[in-house]
Amino acid sequence: MTAHQHTPIVSMDMITKTFPGVKALDQVKLDLYPGQVTALVGENGAGKSTTVKILTGIYTPNGGTIRIDCEAVAFSSPNVASEAGITAIQQETVLFDELSVGENIFIGHAPRTPFGLIDTTKMHSTAKALLDGIGAPFSSHTPLRDLGIANKHLVAIARALSVDARVVIMDEPTAALSHKEIEELYELVDSLKAQGKAILFISHKFDEIFRIVDRYTVFRDGAFVGDGLIADIDENALVKMMVGRAVDQIFPDRSSATGEDVLQVVGYSHPTEFADIGFTLKRGEILGFYGLVGAGRSEFMQALFGITKPSKGVCKINGKIKIIRSPADAVANGIVYVPEDRGKQGAIIGLPIFQNISLPSLGRTSHNGFLRLAEEFKLAREYAERLDLRAASLDQDVGNLSGGNQQKVVIAKWLATQPQVIILDEPTKGIDIGSKAAVHEFMAELAALGLSVIMVSSEIPEVIGMSDRVIVMRDGLIVAELSDKELTPENLVRHAAGISAAKQLIEA
Amino acid sequence: MLRMIPVREAILGSAILALMLLIASRFAGFIAPSNLANVFNDTAPLIILALGQMVVILTRCIDLSVAANLALTGMAVAMINVAMPDLPIPVIIVIAILLGAAMGAINGVLVWKLSIPPIVVTLGTMTIFRGIIFLISEGKWVNSHEMSAAFTGFPRAEILGLPVLSWTAILTVIVFGIMMARTPLGRSIFAVGGNPHAAVYTGINVGKTQFLAFVISGALAGLTGYLWVARYAVAYVDIAGGFELEVVAACVIGGISIAGGIGSVGGAVLGAIFLGVVKNALPVINISPFWLLAISGSAILIAVAFNAQSGRKKGRIILKSEEVPHD
Repeated sequence: MTAHQHTPIVSMDMITKTFPGVKALDQVKLDLYPGQVTALVGENGAGKSTTVKILTGIYTPNGGTIRIDCEAVAFSSPNVASEAGITAIQQETVLFDELSVGENIFIGHAPRTPFGLIDTTKMHSTAKALLDGIGAPFSSHTPLRDLGIANKHLVAIARALSVDARVVIMDEPTAALSHKEIEELYELVDSLKAQGKAILFISHKFDEIFRIVDRYTVFRDGAFVGDGLIADIDENALVKMMVGRAVDQIFPDRSSATGEDVLQVVGYSHPTEFADIGFTLKRGEILGFYGLVGAGRSEFMQALFGITKPSKGVCKINGKIKIIRSPADAVANGIVYVPEDRGKQGAIIGLPIFQNISLPSLGRTSHNGFLRLAEEFKLAREYAERLDLRAASLDQDVGNLSGGNQQKVVIAKWLATQPQVIILDEPTKGIDIGSKAAVHEFMAELAALGLSVIMVSSEIPEVIGMSDRVIVMRDGLIVAELSDKELTPENLVRHAAGISAAKQLIEA
Repeated sequence: MLRMIPVREAILGSAILALMLLIASRFAGFIAPSNLANVFNDTAPLIILALGQMVVILTRCIDLSVAANLALTGMAVAMINVAMPDLPIPVIIVIAILLGAAMGAINGVLVWKLSIPPIVVTLGTMTIFRGIIFLISEGKWVNSHEMSAAFTGFPRAEILGLPVLSWTAILTVIVFGIMMARTPLGRSIFAVGGNPHAAVYTGINVGKTQFLAFVISGALAGLTGYLWVARYAVAYVDIAGGFELEVVAACVIGGISIAGGIGSVGGAVLGAIFLGVVKNALPVINISPFWLLAISGSAILIAVAFNAQSGRKKGRIILKSEEVPHD
């Protein structure tokens, strides 16, 4: 290691960022060294994305200093960050299908001729040099739409490098790649290192962290936990740093008296998304589904709900085999799904509250094919009262309600169908701690009423605090079922990230 | 909904009333009951088609093939009448409705099963339907003397002082009023247009609902096809050319959101009547046809601007509620 490698290019010191009601980052520090890869490790909600947004100038921190080459700078806009040589390759980079590779690389900063027109010759020759530098197997004239995901990723990388970057941020770069493509990405990371660039590498996958990273920094709940050289730490210690926490969230007390089997799933498979999913759900039980993003949890739930079709598998409800071909079948059989994106997939703006609540239950409120408004109102009033919905009138447009009350309308809608099984996909994603507690309280109430709850969640405290049992999925398969004493943060992360016991011995 | 939409309908209703008073100040005879009945009868086909179009637009689609569907059905039933003059009128009407519905079903299947954008599908079928009229008629006209007296007489027959054509429109309005407000299908149509993603999770089949909307629109176009050809006692390739745009215009003026999910039967009917009044009144008071086009065009722009304004207001409310999730 030469001397200059001991001086970070970028150094974040005591950075704090608050949003209304939430402290996203609390006095964190992060150093990026030239010619080295630094991994930023943490659970969902640890503050990784916020950090990336601060480094790229999208967010302005509320406190702390960012130094570049030991000089304090203010990143007031994304332009300032990119002039400082910081560039990010996003999880989902926005590229333009109808433009060529070269045009995609240089969109917004293309070389110009003296007349102000785009200098296509120079653009393509520079693009070719960049593409050759990262070993891209295609020409800069190729239309982007002809490229696969992995090659599009190379274009995104070339675009990031085209601004003469000194610091490259890679946010879960391997999430969408195959094994071979991941190997190629590793080679690329090595060549960027050799060019002396500082790389910030964000990943949930421990095998790749230990494979290519030189340094690590761990955040937890928006706070700095520790950093160091990867050579000085093993996987177990890193997992502990990541998940070890003070119990600062209180979950509702639940008597886990569960009843008979309500739902049995056997051998559910899909050609590309998941295989051989099987489990039993009891009355009054909360069953957690944990896994990394992209482990196939939501995909399986959508198949169970009839939105997509499984290629194999049987689903039994109350011991009887049921075939669910459509969401309507699922609702008729007592299964409801509260999807992750409730804004997009929840309330129907434009319909009044009572019509939103009665929408999946119209079979019960109509006679001979005609709706009975009085019965719809009765149904809506019953559930609105149970959920303490605050609205001037049930005849009001849902669009005029606050976010929390809209959420209550969506939940009332599902409860009104008198379901047996309720699937909650990331029920507390993106909401503040106060509202989270209310949602948890409500889930406990549902279970106490004898409903069976499937909770898909990526938040470890929630999974452990709420679930009677937890199924862990990885790469489309069930890898573990944990309950009681086995249900620890370390176990969850190990199974989800695929760290086997044998491998731990080797690493140790 | 019961509270919001009457505001828009009241504005449109007062605009129509003001327009009629303005015309009456120049030509008092316009607001004589007999003339108003004529204007209504003249507007009846537009009202019927606007209701079908409303259903389609509510599900986030559009049906540009209605006028071509009308012309093809009209030509087909006219030719059937020429070939079999003794076929009773109820049978002719059933044939017209089924034929129209079948053409609507073609649109619907293409949108539902092949996921082709509705504007492309109906632009294509519009041209195809017109082409088929040319093929089956070989470009010839079917004239009044070839049609049977019962065939041409039916839409003009008077019941309680109003022609059957007007009664058909009134009946359609009633049926649609009930369908949209009181049947699960009507509710699904609003839900699909309002938030298709949420509708899926509610167990509503979005594609099938859009398919049914096209079938409904097609059936009404078929029915109007017979009434149109019989009323004007002539069938040829180009009848009702460009009428689809007037139908869409009636919906837009009536406050049916082109983005889907928002609209009412009353709005569509008032939108059609507004256009009908403008169309019938201006020639009467000697205003040049240029103004007719200009007024229709301005009405569309004003209506869209009005809708955009209310849409923007709604956007602000959503943002505000997102700002304070912790209250």
